[in-house]
Amino acid sequence: MTLLYFAWVRQKVGTSEEQIDLPAGVVTVGDLIAHLKSRGSGYADAFADPARLRAAVDQEHVNFDAPVDSADEVAFFPPVTGG
Amino acid sequence: MNTIRIQHQDFDIGAETDALANGRNDIGAVVTFTGHVRGDAGLTALAVEHYPGMTEREIASHVHEAEQRWPLTGVTIIHRIGRLEPGVRIVLVATASSHRQAAFAAAEFLMDYLKTRAPFWKEEECGDSKSWVAAKDTDEDAVRRWR
Repeated sequence: MTLLYFAWVRQKVGTSEEQIDLPAGVVTVGDLIAHLKSRGSGYADAFADPARLRAAVDQEHVNFDAPVDSADEVAFFPPVTGG
Repeated sequence: MNTIRIQHQDFDIGAETDALANGRNDIGAVVTFTGHVRGDAGLTALAVEHYPGMTEREIASHVHEAEQRWPLTGVTIIHRIGRLEPGVRIVLVATASSHRQAAFAAAEFLMDYLKTRAPFWKEEECGDSKSWVAAKDTDEDAVRRWR
């Protein structure tokens, strides 16, 4: 699975893109956030307050209860600020 | 015909509205909204990044929704990315229709969705300091009225 990070999430994690194998038991976006938090201080910082984050699964906005177990691409980012 | 472009370079509003209207005699109105980079206190530049692929999909889905709501003959949306200094153009929404009401309403609808759903992020540069722009509640309120 490809993980993508944008804006300050990218800066805190330290990369814009990575491949991971989803561990057993990670079913939803929320589960994935909990898993990522445990991967180091940059991740812990980026995912410390999930209320500040938004997620997309296969390029569609989703809530944190959305499934990720069959996704190809999951992205994490702050609320958008275009226009 | 609809056009969605994410690009570094500037755009020519006249050329874009011509492209929407040329060769047609059923268009009575082309409404354009152009967003500029406002030079708020100390701002030296904005750096705009986006999510390639999702950005185009998200905008296309809102254009599709606008077409369901209003009788449009064409839509052009251009959003610039990269480093943009105060005063320059950053975004264009142009809507064409037989009548002005549809063109005005669709342009406003698309702009409200662009601000709150399209995956773009702005980082403000003020001299040596940089900070990410926070999303505004007023933009969320603006989009809610279309639901």
